[in-house]
Amino acid sequence: MAKLNINGKSVDVDVDASTPLLWVLREQLGLTGTKYSCGIGICGSCTVHIDGKAVRSCIIPLSSLSAKQQITTIEGLSTDGRHPLQQAWQELDVPQCGYCQPGMIMSAAALLKDKPNPSDADIDASVTNICRCGTYNRVRRGIHLAVDISKRGRS
Amino acid sequence: MKKERVNISRREFLINTTTVGAGFTLGLYLPLSSSVARAAEQTTSAPTEVNAWVVIEPDDTVIIRIARSEMGQGTLTGLAQLVAEELECDWSRVKTEYPTPGQSLARDRIWGSFATGGSQGIRGSHQYVRKGAAVAREMLIEAAAESWGVPKGECSVSASVITHKPTGRTTTYGKVAAAAAEMIPPFEVELKDPKDWKIIGKPVKRLDTVDKLNGKQVFGTDLQLPGMLNAAIKACPVFGGKLATFDAAKARKMPGVRAVVSVEDNAVAVVADTWWQAKTALDALPVTWNKGPNAKLSSASIAKMLDEGLTAKKAFVGNKAGEAKKALKGAVKMVEATYAYPYQNHATMEPMNATALWSKDRCEVWCPTQNGEAALDATAKAAGLPASKCEVYKIHLGGGFGRRGAFHDFVTQAVAIAKQMPGTPIKLLWTREEDMQHGHYHPITKARMVGGLDDKGDLVGLHMRISGQSILAAVNPKWMQNGVDMFTFQGLLPDGDHAISYTVPNLLVEHAMRNPPVPPGFWRGVNINQNAVYMESFMDELAHAAGKDPLEFRRKLMTKHPKSLAVLNAVAEKAGWGKPAAKGVHRGLAVCKAFASHVAACAEVSVDDSGTLKIHRIVAATDPGHAVNPQQIEAQVEGSFVFGLSALLYGECTIKGGSVEQQNFHNYPSMLISEMPKVDVIVMPSGGFWGGIGEPTIAVAAPAVLNAIFAATGKRIREFPLKNADLRSA
Repeated sequence: MAKLNINGKSVDVDVDASTPLLWVLREQLGLTGTKYSCGIGICGSCTVHIDGKAVRSCIIPLSSLSAKQQITTIEGLSTDGRHPLQQAWQELDVPQCGYCQPGMIMSAAALLKDKPNPSDADIDASVTNICRCGTYNRVRRGIHLAVDISKRGRS
Repeated sequence: MKKERVNISRREFLINTTTVGAGFTLGLYLPLSSSVARAAEQTTSAPTEVNAWVVIEPDDTVIIRIARSEMGQGTLTGLAQLVAEELECDWSRVKTEYPTPGQSLARDRIWGSFATGGSQGIRGSHQYVRKGAAVAREMLIEAAAESWGVPKGECSVSASVITHKPTGRTTTYGKVAAAAAEMIPPFEVELKDPKDWKIIGKPVKRLDTVDKLNGKQVFGTDLQLPGMLNAAIKACPVFGGKLATFDAAKARKMPGVRAVVSVEDNAVAVVADTWWQAKTALDALPVTWNKGPNAKLSSASIAKMLDEGLTAKKAFVGNKAGEAKKALKGAVKMVEATYAYPYQNHATMEPMNATALWSKDRCEVWCPTQNGEAALDATAKAAGLPASKCEVYKIHLGGGFGRRGAFHDFVTQAVAIAKQMPGTPIKLLWTREEDMQHGHYHPITKARMVGGLDDKGDLVGLHMRISGQSILAAVNPKWMQNGVDMFTFQGLLPDGDHAISYTVPNLLVEHAMRNPPVPPGFWRGVNINQNAVYMESFMDELAHAAGKDPLEFRRKLMTKHPKSLAVLNAVAEKAGWGKPAAKGVHRGLAVCKAFASHVAACAEVSVDDSGTLKIHRIVAATDPGHAVNPQQIEAQVEGSFVFGLSALLYGECTIKGGSVEQQNFHNYPSMLISEMPKVDVIVMPSGGFWGGIGEPTIAVAAPAVLNAIFAATGKRIREFPLKNADLRSA
């Protein structure tokens, strides 16, 4: 039995310790917003935050995690779906099929935590998620718009 | 006036779609619109089906039925716009739902085709969905007029509010819907003049965005059913090979494992409590294969087969004008080149999956599909039941790109597994590796291009010989015409949706069909991808050989193709063709007609001394006739470039030992945001026709970039993807 902290709640997980975090989230906790696509840590569809940093959850075994770490999934990014990125994404209609978007948003959210006003080069370096529909230009605009939305919220 | 009620009632529809064969209700788990679940609770104020396309709730919410599938391309919203336009309903109260293929069957295909491919979603159904909406509108107005005892002609409607003009009395769609459903539909309705459109043509927001931002959107992979088990599968990696043996003893004892089963004659699956357990056990399962006749197939052996076709005596003719071979003999200057285009995988972000529940008298499947009716056929066939005893519930797709339309191998497998575990829902999910190796690949072709110029540098003859794979021969031979696959000639045909954009005085376009045993499939853009690369690259070669500007060279051949010329001129003007670009930046052009739309692109690239390519900007123009949602067209054009440029830069499946060598995104990469150019989209609908959107522009991205690379480096790349090419200046 392992204890984890997911989206601010302590949860018990009774599953083989080699199980990747992605499958713990999806199959033990019913948090299916985090997606499986490549399973080898490349595409980023499974991106979640551990202590605020974006990680590929498909290659992180349960055994490497502790209850002290704060794990955040797309379901826990905001309580009301109004994170600046979610607002920006909605305003620009960023998603197409939408499958990669939870991971894309989580990557962008970690970037904004680290750099509240990222440059295009920062985005290029941090948002390495694959989108086959091709939403990249709206993702970029969405990140910049989220910065504006955050500023408006604070003023 | 009342009509006899022939339609199945809304209530019955609900019961049928929320009850499954095993006798338990799955309403809460069904991926249908929330209105259905809510309606199921409201027995006293149920929504009313006015007709097949329109359901109205008492609170004026309008539910529009969408038969085509949403896979990111925005068709769901576009089709809803078409219906809402004629219905005159309040757009802010519109919701959508998918009718099921089983209901379609029971109602004599009242919703028409469910097929979502070939950029057909809008252009293939705009007429009948608008008509359905107009009929519903007339029935609603008539119901209001009848309730007031006034002539219908005295009533008007706007945003779901019906007004009796002389008295100013009003009512709403929600209030008259039940009465409207009893009216006799008008025999004829007139569709609006496009100049009167208020919702069509507007950049309205998509209807399916919000749930995609918070993890709530249920994809096939996310489906949960009570008592459901999960399956992982491995099929013989060699095309045409079969399952020989497997030793289940060890796997059966692994955590969570419920069963190890063979699937059809070529695969083995592990069923477990969770998918991760199933996959872990499958990885540990000793399996042997009968590799079959293709065990020695390789990329080299396939290339040899295609090379033979390039010069073979016999070939199908797709377009012929004048005497190309004769004209070439008399040409002052000859230009020759051979191009090659590889196999590519669709690589949808959501791997193939389906969930099936089988019992001896009913089979149900939940799956992402581009064609619900085809999924139902596959279900019935695999279940050994008539289609009337089967049902398919469509789920939004995590990418389609052609992989989930003509092929339902994943459904067949899921049903085959479920059939071995009656009464238990089985969710089958492929690994990325399985998805990469068991695709229906973009067909492989080569093309030999020969062009002749006269002493003025004008094109006098062009002979194009394509050699390679036919999709139809493998997928749907019934669509072939006397053995010819006319799809092979997309973008090169004399006329129609895929007409060539040039008038060449002496032209011969041929196809020597060579079909290697690697399954081909429709792949976003289909055959325009390689045909536009061949034709547009070669046009550039001809222009340079003639010492002419590539734009002027094309223009001279396009005087009889004014709409194609207009999009080409539009990109040239916006990009500043003929004017100096930024230092080190070079431009390339491409134009094409595909899926009835006219498209062009101008790419701006630079290539540094080490041969590293940067695509700075692509200006793209589309004339789709009617533009239903300009902001979604922009999104599709941008997206098509990601698909087309990923193919150009990286897309290649190679064959060794009868298998695809690539396994995952590490050796089948896709472009990233850091590689994405700025895209300037020009939407220029000229009216009078309906062209497709999802695919056409994909064709012009690659050749525009290739022509710009030539301008930058003097190198003409004729084999793809570019990851294999040395782009350092010639």
